[in-house]
Amino acid sequence: MISLKRTSGGVRVDDKKDLSAGSPIEPAGIPGELVLFLSQHTGAPSKPVVKVQDLVKRGQLLAEPQGAISAALHAPTSGKVKAIEPRYHPIQGRLVDAIVLEPDGKNEVFEGVVPRARDLDSISGEEIIAFVREIGLVGLGGAAFPTAVKLTPPADKPIDTYLLNGAECEPYLTSDYRLMLEEAEVVIFGFRALLKAARVARGIVCIEDNKPEAISAMQRAMSPFPELDLAVLPSRYPRGGEKQLIEAVLGREVPPAGLPLDVGVIVSNVGTAFTLGKAIRTGLPLVERVISVTGEGVTRPSNFLALIGTPVSYLIEKAGGFSGTPGKVIMGGPMMGISVKSLDVPVLKGTSGIVVLKKEQVKKDKMLPCIRCGRCVDACPLRLLPVWMAAYAERGLLEEAERARVLDCCECGACAYECPAKRPLVQWIRMAKSEILAKRRAQNHARK
Amino acid sequence: MEEKLVISSSPHIKGPKTVRGIMLDVIIALIPACLASLILFGWKALLIIMASVASAVASEALYEKAVKREVTVGDLSAVITGILLAMTLPPNVPLWIPVIGSAFAIVIAKQIFGGLGCNFVNPALAGRAFLLAAWPMHMTRDWLNPLTYDAVTSATPLAVLKGTGQGTLPGIKDFLLGVRLGSLGETSVLALLLGGIYLIARGVIDYRIPLGFLGTLFVGTLVFGKPGAFFQGDGVLAILAGGAILGAFFMATDYVTSPVTARGRLYMGIGAGFITLLIRLWGGYPEGVTYGILLMNLVTPLIDRFVVPRYYGYAHDRAAKEAAAGGR
Ligand code: SF4
Ligand code: SF4
Repeated sequence: MISLKRTSGGVRVDDKKDLSAGSPIEPAGIPGELVLFLSQHTGAPSKPVVKVQDLVKRGQLLAEPQGAISAALHAPTSGKVKAIEPRYHPIQGRLVDAIVLEPDGKNEVFEGVVPRARDLDSISGEEIIAFVREIGLVGLGGAAFPTAVKLTPPADKPIDTYLLNGAECEPYLTSDYRLMLEEAEVVIFGFRALLKAARVARGIVCIEDNKPEAISAMQRAMSPFPELDLAVLPSRYPRGGEKQLIEAVLGREVPPAGLPLDVGVIVSNVGTAFTLGKAIRTGLPLVERVISVTGEGVTRPSNFLALIGTPVSYLIEKAGGFSGTPGKVIMGGPMMGISVKSLDVPVLKGTSGIVVLKKEQVKKDKMLPCIRCGRCVDACPLRLLPVWMAAYAERGLLEEAERARVLDCCECGACAYECPAKRPLVQWIRMAKSEILAKRRAQNHARK
Repeated sequence: MEEKLVISSSPHIKGPKTVRGIMLDVIIALIPACLASLILFGWKALLIIMASVASAVASEALYEKAVKREVTVGDLSAVITGILLAMTLPPNVPLWIPVIGSAFAIVIAKQIFGGLGCNFVNPALAGRAFLLAAWPMHMTRDWLNPLTYDAVTSATPLAVLKGTGQGTLPGIKDFLLGVRLGSLGETSVLALLLGGIYLIARGVIDYRIPLGFLGTLFVGTLVFGKPGAFFQGDGVLAILAGGAILGAFFMATDYVTSPVTARGRLYMGIGAGFITLLIRLWGGYPEGVTYGILLMNLVTPLIDRFVVPRYYGYAHDRAAKEAAAGGR
């Protein structure tokens, strides 16, 4: 087992994982309509290869990647392409082109979906990378960065360690936990495939210590493989953030505006490894994922294997509907997720959970003056000074905010969580960031 | 069913800590010291505490009403200022002393600068400093003998130690329990420690400030003193004799007037301890705690400017240090 190197900041949160931790993963079923955004991932949107009225089958290609950083999109079930039209994108907050699929209920599998390899000896690293691109795999931890891009770092950036992120530090969410518990063998198989593809000699599985069952399941699954190691992290939010993980496990720090590969590391999420492992054995592309539908506001907190594009309303219905009056519906976790105003929006490749908070839980805290208690400073995992960054941002002092490294803030929310004066620190910081970036864009534009 | 869903910026959940809750913890931590003062100095102590708190709360409310600001006495910070000021007073002062002192603390040291969070010196200590300057006789003479409640004007142990007063020194046990001459709340070391440890355990204050403060005082006394001279060179006595414990745990740890970084807070403690030491060594007053902390309050913005953590991913970034400048 790996001993931890260095950790900074972080906050203890009531993780509320008990709500759904005991619910085994179950298929959510096929909704009446699937909405598949061409922009599911970081990078360029994919380009449709089907037309309206086309009949498609489960696993069939719907849209191909466009450009270097992009990902393919496949049909999650069989049915008819009803429309290709702009729909409201819950993360981007605007209308974005989507393929709307009307399932026929037969769930017929596309002929091209055939097992790719039984074991890793019968598939080469290059073949794995091509396959990863083919199945439209993206990071399932949230950012949805195309995995194939991660696996092919520039030649001058040697990678020595691959981290498998099973920390799942966001409160409420249990999808990674259930995967590690129920599918440890497939997860490890997928992780080894990632290692092979990226030609990395050492893999470290990182799990928070509040998931002892997952730790033992994963330990069992990885025991035959000497190249794999385990790191158990004390549970503290946001230990599972990419930068925090790299610091804690390896003692390295990703440079500002840099990537993990700058310090010789690739990080992938447990769900990503699972999807790849399963895909190699069955041929099924990324068309479904595990999503926790949880929170005090749903009757039966659950972990679903849901088709990409399933409406949030359908999943909440499957979880027994609302319990009490809902106050907030969050896509993702409560610390970094996005609250949605309509339940019509579909889940994306990067959606790890839907958290419903009751109306009573969503109280508007009265904001008080900063008492300079320093709690936000102690909480920041990047050792930034949220108290000043937010003060500058609030007053519109963009230059000062930028010098205070506001652009480095990962918006983890730890500072705002801790602030006893209930100051919306992250909101201000985010505002300053977007204004600074907008200004930069305008300047670049003017220069051209 | 289309309920109105709340849309807002993440994080969507907030921690349980509130300003009021934190202030309440400080008040709870002060209860043992208040009780000790009652036992040691009788009903007079109670009257002083009540007068001081009442004056602090009333001045805050009246001032805020007068300038048409929201009345914020509900955050309990004025109550703390009132109690803390009372703790620093000799037990036999006339009651108008705490009333004036608290009013000064709240109005001049806190509200004029904009209220909680905007003041740059600790209000209670500013109040005490004002009283000390204006009515030094009351502030240095109005002692009561503990347990017998007799009025005395003899020298406190601190003055004896410093050599500016005549008298006998109490034993360590009496220091711990508080059976000695001194201000209301500074005498019973045990009661103060109980409260201080409570605050550290509850995560309300950072141990670095009292550690730096008392540690510096202890070591400094060993270094500069010797038998027959400064504090007999006895570090323990230096900590026990004056208001160092009260100051280190309850005054120097005031959030508003201490640095925001952990390292900064350690420096603040060391600095306050050092200045206290200097004043005790060469100053005219027997006690240096008040000015030690007040001076460090003034230095706090500077500490916040230069004592900056190494940001994640930056080797040693001078720009980062400059960036933290001038946030207040
Ligand atoms: S946690 Fe809130 S009150 Fe405390 S220093 Fe930070 S912003 Fe100010
Ligand atoms: S949101 Fe930004 S400033 Fe706040 S704790 Fe996280 S990284 Fe630090």
